[in-house]
Amino acid sequence: MLGFLIRRIIQSVFVMLAVALIAFMMFRFMGDPVNSMVAENATTEERDAVRARLGLDQPLWMQYGRFVGRAAQGDFGLSWRNARPVSTLLAERFPATAELVLVAAGLSLLLGIPLGILTALRPNSFSAQTLQFLSLIGISLPTFVTGILLILVFSVWLGWLPSFGRGEVVDIGWWSTGFLTLSGLKALVLPSVMLCLFQLTLIMRLVRAEMMEVLRTDYIKFARARGLPSRSINFRHALRNTLIPVITIFGLQLGGLIAFAIITETVFQWPGMGALFIQAVSFGDVPVMAAYLVLVSLIFVVINTTVDLLYAVLDPRLRVDSPRGAH
Amino acid sequence: MTAPTLSRAFDSDIAWSFRHSWTARISSLLLIILFAAALFAPMLANQNPYDISQLNLLDSELPPAWAEGGDPRYLLGTDQQARDVYSSILYGLRLSLLVGFASVALAAAVGISLGLLGGFVGGLVDGAIMRVADILLSFPAILVALLVNGIARGILPPDRHAEAAIWVLILAIGLTNWVQYARTVRGSTMVERQKEYVQAARINGVSGMGIMINHILPNVLGPVLVIATINLGMAVLTEATLSFLGVGMPATQPSLGTLIRIGNEYLFSGIWWVVIFPSVVLVVLVLAVNLMGDWLRDVLNPKLR
Repeated sequence: MLGFLIRRIIQSVFVMLAVALIAFMMFRFMGDPVNSMVAENATTEERDAVRARLGLDQPLWMQYGRFVGRAAQGDFGLSWRNARPVSTLLAERFPATAELVLVAAGLSLLLGIPLGILTALRPNSFSAQTLQFLSLIGISLPTFVTGILLILVFSVWLGWLPSFGRGEVVDIGWWSTGFLTLSGLKALVLPSVMLCLFQLTLIMRLVRAEMMEVLRTDYIKFARARGLPSRSINFRHALRNTLIPVITIFGLQLGGLIAFAIITETVFQWPGMGALFIQAVSFGDVPVMAAYLVLVSLIFVVINTTVDLLYAVLDPRLRVDSPRGAH
Repeated sequence: MTAPTLSRAFDSDIAWSFRHSWTARISSLLLIILFAAALFAPMLANQNPYDISQLNLLDSELPPAWAEGGDPRYLLGTDQQARDVYSSILYGLRLSLLVGFASVALAAAVGISLGLLGGFVGGLVDGAIMRVADILLSFPAILVALLVNGIARGILPPDRHAEAAIWVLILAIGLTNWVQYARTVRGSTMVERQKEYVQAARINGVSGMGIMINHILPNVLGPVLVIATINLGMAVLTEATLSFLGVGMPATQPSLGTLIRIGNEYLFSGIWWVVIFPSVVLVVLVLAVNLMGDWLRDVLNPKLR
């Protein structure tokens, strides 16, 4: 177990170093920053002085080392677009994205698992068939089209829910939350529904497939033969083994939610990190892009590592220290 | 094709399965219609939406022909700038499919080459390619595409963005999607490498490059067709998403995604037709491609059934 833990953490560190290298290379791609910092008629000596002051005369690997060192402290320099520290920009935007993703993830689990169980236990019922069909549509619809349809129906035609922004937010320290006001909660509904729909259908289909698989196994048949009540078989014996793969997929998809939040935030003008990232992409604002990339990768890596460890805790068969190929 | 081959083709498993699968028939029919519409767009369209001189501002914001206040000349209505929605969709479909096919071709070319190389050479080269693939695969495709897009925009001067947009998109989407091809081709290359015909070629003195291209490549291409079909749906969707986010095709040269973005801006004035019709076409296109891909996978890979 400890060996597994250490190996996973070393692997994660390598992934993060690779991502940092990509982020670092992005700066190198964007031409020579010295040109924009000195006067046009500057002499070679003046240019060299600026270069030395910025540390650009050092070998590449030293520059990379310095970049990693600063990134580890959250320092990504100033945004090229509005000259504010990138870390401040991201910190301002982070709560909005985090709340949106958390609500969407919660919704997809709370609805997806019961619906999946329902369709697995009664696969031929009318409601199960309808749900299966709806989930097919849910997977095929582009997320932004879903969002537009939600706005058209619930904001434009019915006028029930707001279609942009976070509503009123309450500041708790540096964290601004929309959970505490009515308008904040109302503003959360449509974006989180849009963000969770794809996830929801995925979890529902996964739970259904896993559950049907488990229900066919011998130990379930044996439990039936022992005359256990079907409620106990379905929920105590079958569901437990169903949920293990669901945890993995859910963990991986949580990262996907953060990426897809970019689209949701654009559709609903949600003031989160994704909207910031899109602005950075369209203006070629490298520091913001690099910082977002590193931050999101860090979240991904932490989630993936946690899921792997959780997996080992939940499934006793994986606890034996086996070589990587074995699982 | 001679008559016996033709009749044999009609008698094959694939043809049988095609005749007995209504999803395959409906989706192929839809695809034929959409491809034809894109191909013959200039003939089918009522106006060239790129040509400002053909637009008449008096006709702006007209609803579809069947709705109240609609004009029979504009079947699906017009947008804010009096562009005919039906014609814009035809031209937009053209661009969406063009970017889709080109990026699939790029992804397939990169993926097949790297997979073939990794599988045949093995060792460090293989390890390096597969580690890059692993890292790429652990990020959502849309994020990778956005990053490539952002870097390309940073390199290009701003006044060139509009004309280079289509190339940037093809590059971004193509470089995002090669991993699946590489993995599949690498797997089958490693199997083929052991076989006797490869050894025979080696004994005959064929170079490594020659063996890879002339002997192994034809034998590992089978699954690529299925991946490419499914990939096409993904590529069209990614293009639409990027254009919708405002970092894809510019408003002067709208693809389906750009049309949806433009329509979205006018949603609150109650002009629903500008956004709904391109969305419907996009959804139908992606759905038909995906169903076709699913069907192909089932037919060509009986093991997966």
